Amino acid sequence: MSASGRRGATLRTNARVVRALGMRSVRQTFRRPQLIAPIVIFPTLLLAIQVGGAGGAVNLPGFPPVQSFLQFMLAGAMMQSMMLAGNSGGIALAVDLEMGFTDRLFSAPIPRFAIVLGRLAGTAALGLFSALWFLAIGLIFGADIEGGVAGAALAVALVTAAALAVGGIGAAIALRTGSASVVQGLFPLVLVVLFLSSAFFPEALMIEPAQTIAHYNPLSLVVEGVREPIISGIDASATIGAVLTIIGLLALGLVLSAGALRHRLRVG
Amino acid sequence: MSAGAELRAATLELPAWRANLATIGALMARAKNEIVRVPGAAIPGVLAPTIFFLGLNGVFGALTQLQGFETGSYEAFIVPISMLQGAGFTGAAAGVNLARDIERGWLDRLLVSPAPRWVLLAGTVLAASARALIPATAVLAIALLLGAGFPGVDGLVIALAMVAAMAAVAACWGSALALRFKSQSASPLMQSGMMALVLLTPAYAPLALLQGWLQEIARINPATQVVEAARQGFVGSVTWADTWPALLALAGMLALLGAWALREMRRTAR
Repeated sequence: MSASGRRGATLRTNARVVRALGMRSVRQTFRRPQLIAPIVIFPTLLLAIQVGGAGGAVNLPGFPPVQSFLQFMLAGAMMQSMMLAGNSGGIALAVDLEMGFTDRLFSAPIPRFAIVLGRLAGTAALGLFSALWFLAIGLIFGADIEGGVAGAALAVALVTAAALAVGGIGAAIALRTGSASVVQGLFPLVLVVLFLSSAFFPEALMIEPAQTIAHYNPLSLVVEGVREPIISGIDASATIGAVLTIIGLLALGLVLSAGALRHRLRVG
Repeated sequence: MSAGAELRAATLELPAWRANLATIGALMARAKNEIVRVPGAAIPGVLAPTIFFLGLNGVFGALTQLQGFETGSYEAFIVPISMLQGAGFTGAAAGVNLARDIERGWLDRLLVSPAPRWVLLAGTVLAASARALIPATAVLAIALLLGAGFPGVDGLVIALAMVAAMAAVAACWGSALALRFKSQSASPLMQSGMMALVLLTPAYAPLALLQGWLQEIARINPATQVVEAARQGFVGSVTWADTWPALLALAGMLALLGAWALREMRRTAR
């Protein structure tokens, strides 16, 4: 077999490993109520309550023109679900480390990075699921997607990519600490990052110091990139801002994961 | 003689009611030990309602500009919700701990003791009630620092009483689910049930400003009365008219969920 043929075969094998581990990760999430609840139940419940409770906010002076508060909130719910999917992915990886499953994978003849990529593929699939879930909820309850099919596809793609990026950070923390309870302990931090962004309310109407923090919070850029196609149509600057932020987070997650993986292989 | 043996010896000589009180006290002391020995375990229960309070205040604070909002201070409006959320989380955590005790076989040992079932349940529930005052105090202190007005001694006493009673309701709910499913996997159901109960009320805005469907649910949700009673001192004056419906609602929820939890415990013992 030629060198390029061997490379192709190796690539196909690695892709199969990533796919198998990604599928395992998704199945694992749907089988454990503790993992699926934060991704689906809590954000859906919070979306319903916030829309019902704070729906009058659309009448506030300075609120961007939207069809309804539900339409405005869809991006926030997707972000919450996506962030918690990343956190749940980290918890599941840490549980695998604690149970010794990852050790068995380390001793298998597969590249180490495929193990992490498999987990991240699963997290990205959950991000895709959450984006589609909230899009469906929005459409069922009467929210229009102003950007049409292309806008919906863009929002879904951004949420999926953001889940991959956030999952990388979660995986890095899991690999570094090897403790599910430490990763679980990041749950409140996820809520802080969410609240201190424009996920749930327009930045201009937030109270200080939340407004200033939200302005500099990179998550706000991702939120706006996802929200624009829903509430007003595809906007190039919002999309570019979201894409660049996601690329930055993804690079950060991969660098941290690579370092943590080396650390894990060293300390066992 | 060990503390456990001393307690056994002492309770054997006591009249039934005093032995029951001693058992409840021992179960509450066990729950207290968890706070003292594993301080980290109490942190999520304090952190989550505090983050919700700070987050909701920063995000939805401008809602007070809406016509019909009964106060100009969103801190004052939202702090009772965060205190009750803390009670909900703490009570549900009691259910998670009971599920852990079931998984590890600890409850089986309690069930073969001569203690009545209601005493075993009361220990869990009362410990949760006392423990709920920790996050409530933390959230209240932060709210007062941020400018929420002091609710007055009567308003404060009523708010704390509502928190303790709501934690008891949540502990009954969590315990019933723990005894039904016998697994910590049921914990999302325990948490989300209490989250829904507390938030499907005029939590974010007054009843008149809620959207139609939520307004209808809030009207029939007994927790609405508890929220209004806990909130009264923060947004106005304390009245009996705002207090007695909450007492009635709490009595009803406690009777219903307590009976269910007790039924599940008797079923588990069989």
